[in-house]
Amino acid sequence: MAGTALTGLQKQVLSLYRRCIRESAKKGPARDIFRHFSRSEFNRYKLLNKRDFTTIEHLLRLGTKRVDTMANPNVKSVHI
Amino acid sequence: MLRSTTKLFKLAPLARFQSTAAAAQPLMKKFKIYRWDPDTPEVKPKLKEYEVDMNDCGPMVLDALIKIKNEQDPTLTFRRSCREGICGSCAMNINGENTLACLCKVDKTSSKPEKLYPLPHMWVVRDLVPDLTHFYQQYKAIEPYLQRSTFPADGKEIVQSIEDRAKLDGLYECILCACCSTSCPSYWWNQQEYLGPAVLMQAYRWMVDSRDEATEKRETMLQNSMTLYRCHTIMNCTRTCPKGLNPGWAIAEIKKDIAKASI
Repeated sequence: MAGTALTGLQKQVLSLYRRCIRESAKKGPARDIFRHFSRSEFNRYKLLNKRDFTTIEHLLRLGTKRVDTMANPNVKSVHI
Repeated sequence: MLRSTTKLFKLAPLARFQSTAAAAQPLMKKFKIYRWDPDTPEVKPKLKEYEVDMNDCGPMVLDALIKIKNEQDPTLTFRRSCREGICGSCAMNINGENTLACLCKVDKTSSKPEKLYPLPHMWVVRDLVPDLTHFYQQYKAIEPYLQRSTFPADGKEIVQSIEDRAKLDGLYECILCACCSTSCPSYWWNQQEYLGPAVLMQAYRWMVDSRDEATEKRETMLQNSMTLYRCHTIMNCTRTCPKGLNPGWAIAEIKKDIAKASI
C-alpha cells in the first residue's frame, strides 16, 4: 500500500483477518487447521470486485459470526 | 377380505383424480418470490416467477409455497412449521404487508402476481429466511420470566384474581413472529437500541402481571431515550399484527405507567 490510505471497509476486513489468525493461535495443537481454514475462507473471495460493498459487508458479518463461534474454547477443530 | 381392501386402495386415487379433472379449468396464479443464495453472495438478489394452479392447491400462500417447493423448485427456502398461525415461523412480507404465510389467503380473483419478500430490514439468511438472532437477544434482554422473592407457604401456585388475569389478555397471545417489529420505521432505523413493538409488548405483559414483583426494575430498564421512547405511535405494528393484537396500545400503557410512577 504505497502511501494509499485504506478505506474503512478494507480496515474492517484486515482486522477480521487478524482476529481469525489470533483466535487460531489460541487453539493449541489444532492451530494449523484453524489457520488454514481461515486463510482458505478469505482466499475464496480473493477475486471479488472491491467495489461490491454489499457482498463484502455480508461476508464481514458472516466472518464475524464465525470467528465468534471459533473463539469459544469448546471448539476444538474445524473441517471443511 | 384382504383382496377387497387392496382393490379399494387401488380405486381410491383414481376416483380422486377424476373428480379434480372434472372440477374446473386450471386457475394459474403467478408468484414473484425473492431469491438470494448465500453460497454465491456476489450474485445479487432477484425476483423469480412461479406459476401455480390454484384449483389444485390449498387456499393459503403457504400452501402455494409448499407446492412450489415440492413440484417446481426444491431450492426455494422458507421457514414453516405449524401451518395454522401459532408458531410464527412463516412470517414474511406478502404484497407489501408483513404477515404469516399460513394465515394469508391467495387472492384468486386478481390477475396480479403475489409478491413475496422476507421480513423487511432484517439480514437475509437465504431466500425468505431472515436472521432473527438480534430480535431474540432483545427478547432475552427484557427477562421474560416470572421474578419474585416470596412464594406461597403451602408450596402451591401463586394465585391471581380473575381481574388480574384479564389484564394479560391481548398480551400473552403474541407468538413473536416479528411482523410488527419489522414493520416499524423506528425499529428499521434504530434496531440496535430500540427494542421494537413485539419485545416491548412482552415487557408490558410482565409489568402488568400481578404475580411479578420486578415491575420497578423493568421500568428503570426502559428509562432512556432509545429503548422505549423511540416509539412515535406510528401504529404500523397494530395494523400488521397477524394475530390481531395491539402492541401500540401496550407501549402507550408502559409510557403511562412510567409517567405515573415519576410523579
